Amino acid sequence: MIVEADETMPVCSSDDVVRARQAVRARAVAVGFSLVDQTKIITAASEIARNTVDYGGGGTMRLEVLRNGQRRGVRLTFKDQGPGIADISLVMQDGYTTGHGLGLGLSGAKRLVNEFAITSTPGQGTEVILARWK
Amino acid sequence: MSEIPILKIRDCLLVSIQVDMHDRLAMELQDDLTQRIVKDRAHGVMIDISALEIVDSFIGRMLNNIAAMSRVLDAVTVVVGMRPAVAITLVELGLTLTGVRTALNVDKGLAMIRDIIDRGEQDDDRRGG
Repeated sequence: MIVEADETMPVCSSDDVVRARQAVRARAVAVGFSLVDQTKIITAASEIARNTVDYGGGGTMRLEVLRNGQRRGVRLTFKDQGPGIADISLVMQDGYTTGHGLGLGLSGAKRLVNEFAITSTPGQGTEVILARWK
Repeated sequence: MSEIPILKIRDCLLVSIQVDMHDRLAMELQDDLTQRIVKDRAHGVMIDISALEIVDSFIGRMLNNIAAMSRVLDAVTVVVGMRPAVAITLVELGLTLTGVRTALNVDKGLAMIRDIIDRGEQDDDRRGG
């Protein structure tokens, strides 16, 4: 697998969430995603970026463009040093929320991408990886 | 005041969201609209989202809230102009927008609001929120 582009940006405020969405959009367009695929990866990025700000206390998004043979894709890695998640299976349930949201962020984002991974250590932070292939 | 203008056309308020909204702006719009419904004695609210590239759960919740608040204030909310890719993504995300009426475009949205106001019918709206 070849990494064609690799950039990291801060995700610390709601303005950063907007900037993260725009960066993902630019890459998704460059990779040649269809309009629906662009919309899905941007929406998933928006959900996870907001979690990074609201629950993780801010963090970073790494944005990579990948090539695997003929396939190209976008991989996003969100990292924070927040309180972490004690029970991941609980937060992956539709409708579960500790905040003011609808509880669709993680579970919804997972449905919008091809690859999804979440790792978290209570007290140390959370990492969420999303990937969508053309 | 939010940066998103709210236009008044007879007894309807029209909002066209043309910017990539950050969360605070969405909350401000929700507050402004609620105030304006009362101040302008509006009976209809139309929100044009044709320029929105995405509707995530936060914006979806804002649309739900506006519909619910306007219903309590005796106004009808119609969301118009949703892009097909946005509709597909919303459904997959799991967001159903219960209680939000939708129309294809501004024309059809205005007609829908007119129709509901003229019939004095808000009963259908009670089913969700």
